[in-house]
Amino acid sequence: MSGELAIDVTGLTKRFGEKTVVDDFAMQVPKGAIYGFLGPNGSGKTTTIRMMCGLLKPDGGGGTALGYDIVRESRTIKSRVGYMTQKFSLYGDLTVRENLTFMARLHALDNPGQHVAAALEEYELAPRANQLADTLSGGWKQRLALAAASMHSPGLLLLDEPTAGVDPKARRDFWDRIRGLARKGVTVLVSTHYMDEAVQCDFIAFIAYGRKLIDAPSGEIPERVGLITWRIEGRNLQPVYDALYHAPGVDQIARFGSALHVSGRDADALERAIAPYREREGLTVEPAKTGLEEAFIWLMTGSEDNFQ
Amino acid sequence: MTGFSRILAMIGKEFIQMLRDRLTFGMMVGIPVMQLLLFGYAINTDPRHLPTLVEMGDSGPASRAILQAMETSNYFDLAGITTSRAQTEAAMQQGDILFVVTIPPDFERDLLRGARPQILLDTDASDPVAAGAGTGAFPTLVQRALEPMLGEMTPPVETVIQRRYNPAGRTALNIVPGLLGVILTMTMAMMTSMALTREAERGTLETLLATPTRPYEVMIGKITPYILVGFIQVVIMLAGARYLFGVPFLGSPLAFLVSVSLFILVNLSLGFLFSTIARTQMQAMQMTFFVFLPSILLSGFMFPFAGMPAWAQMLGQALPTTHFIHAVRAIMLKGARLGDVAPDIWPLAAIFAAIATVAMLRYRRTLD
Ligand SMILES: Nc1ncnc2c1ncn2[C@@H]1O[C@H](COP(=O)(O)OP(=O)(O)OP(=O)(O)O)[C@@H](O)[C@H]1O
Ligand SMILES: [Mg+2]
Repeated sequence: MSGELAIDVTGLTKRFGEKTVVDDFAMQVPKGAIYGFLGPNGSGKTTTIRMMCGLLKPDGGGGTALGYDIVRESRTIKSRVGYMTQKFSLYGDLTVRENLTFMARLHALDNPGQHVAAALEEYELAPRANQLADTLSGGWKQRLALAAASMHSPGLLLLDEPTAGVDPKARRDFWDRIRGLARKGVTVLVSTHYMDEAVQCDFIAFIAYGRKLIDAPSGEIPERVGLITWRIEGRNLQPVYDALYHAPGVDQIARFGSALHVSGRDADALERAIAPYREREGLTVEPAKTGLEEAFIWLMTGSEDNFQ
Repeated sequence: MTGFSRILAMIGKEFIQMLRDRLTFGMMVGIPVMQLLLFGYAINTDPRHLPTLVEMGDSGPASRAILQAMETSNYFDLAGITTSRAQTEAAMQQGDILFVVTIPPDFERDLLRGARPQILLDTDASDPVAAGAGTGAFPTLVQRALEPMLGEMTPPVETVIQRRYNPAGRTALNIVPGLLGVILTMTMAMMTSMALTREAERGTLETLLATPTRPYEVMIGKITPYILVGFIQVVIMLAGARYLFGVPFLGSPLAFLVSVSLFILVNLSLGFLFSTIARTQMQAMQMTFFVFLPSILLSGFMFPFAGMPAWAQMLGQALPTTHFIHAVRAIMLKGARLGDVAPDIWPLAAIFAAIATVAMLRYRRTLD
């Protein structure tokens, strides 16, 4: 029952002309969760999010957001969902305060001034209240956008790459706020390209070429992908890298500082590939946990074969 | 109620943006002033020293007194004296000459006999504004020239004025109602279409659409500030017309208010329609010009409407500017009342209903 789910959609399909941009997409987001939405550029994340908040009409499928039908009750959804667009889309020629006031009034909040004051306070925007939005730095713009999107205390936040192009400190701060909102019971669906953000999500859905490839609690993703990883550490790793790159049994190899992570799905084949390096002088080979990044790169590589 | 407060929010936001965009705001106020001055003074001042040819059928003292008076009036510059009809025709055809004065043979004799001889002024009225002042002054001028010789014997001659190429001979007063129509067409349609397209171009439309704001709330909220701007333009131009050029306002203010309000609404909804088609502000501007140019050429602003070929008149009838100019000329210059301009009000209302409906149907509730 959708009482437990903030988002419950199935079969979502969207075509632009001939091109199917989102294909038979399903997603169940439990209330209060932070759900990560990952996928390469152009995979359909933004399009999917727009369908969920009534900005785009699906060509097929449907479902509910906060229990309301995403097609028939889109107006109700709009008043209960906060949507932060990928591209900054508040008014650059209005000040921070004017933007927030405008949003408060569009949502027909009682006593908009009070809401604005609270938001300025909460997001530490008060010192910049009279600055034009265009003149804010990237991090502050995103913070203003989050403040504007959560102005009307939505039960569900859809955040589309909220931290793209923002410095690490501002990103950390932003995520502290997202977790804070989640603790208050707000459900958050957030798309991102950053792995350090992905690991902070309770669940992750990965989409490529419009199709969902995996959808699981974030801790289970590497295991689901089924990759086994070995870590080779030592000096002068370049020849090792070159040799293993095309070795049978090695599905993926990546550098991690002074180490290599060599992954494959077939344990025996992988073992045969790395065996020669186990005795090599100056190298240590030990088992490692497959990371999210390796899992996703592996998924992307696979999806290209399937769909391109 | 919540809808109303959302509309107020849109209006407030739009005003802030408008006032902050100094250049555009300056243009909205500056364009009417500039155009009025351009048309009023540079193009429209009563021009003097216009080339004149005299066909002398008689050269007695009375004829010479008339020529003398014409020269001192400054309206006419004597370009030559001829006796050849063919020569005067050619000169006028080529536009070298704006006036031809014909003094018939036996002019002096008829004059002294009290037989009221005719004196003929041919004017090139294809530019009625240029020829207007001299033409108007001519009869009195002749009268005055002859007074010292004949006393106040009234009137000693009959002045016949023949307007060539544009027999209607529109007066300078016609410019102001026309200008009102053209400027409102230009600024109202352009400003709204650009202001609305800007939301799509900058991505802020996505923010608007993600709130429960309804399409008509966006429309009313975005358009209302420009209604006010339209009225400011009207006031500026009316005041200028009155105090700079003495254009009268003879008709009913109510009829004027109805015509102007309706016309402003038509142009705003046109701008709204354009914004639903254009993807960028540049496109919106180009579409405005697509309507703006025929509005100048076919509305009776540039050329007398009755003088246009039938197909052009049909096109012109479909343009709101045509009806507006027609109505406002009647109101300002001929003292028309609301009932008199009804034949122009209905088409305006119909055009407004049609455009507004299409625009509302086209307005995107979603992003696709
Ligand atoms: N309005 C539209 N008309 C036509 N094609 C579109 C439209 N919007 C998106 N697309 C196409 O749909 C595909 C998916 O786009 P979408 O923006 O949803 O991807 P995304 O996963 O959000 O990508 P990114 O990570 O770059 O933001 C892209 O190929 C894009 O070009
Ligand atoms: Mg996107």
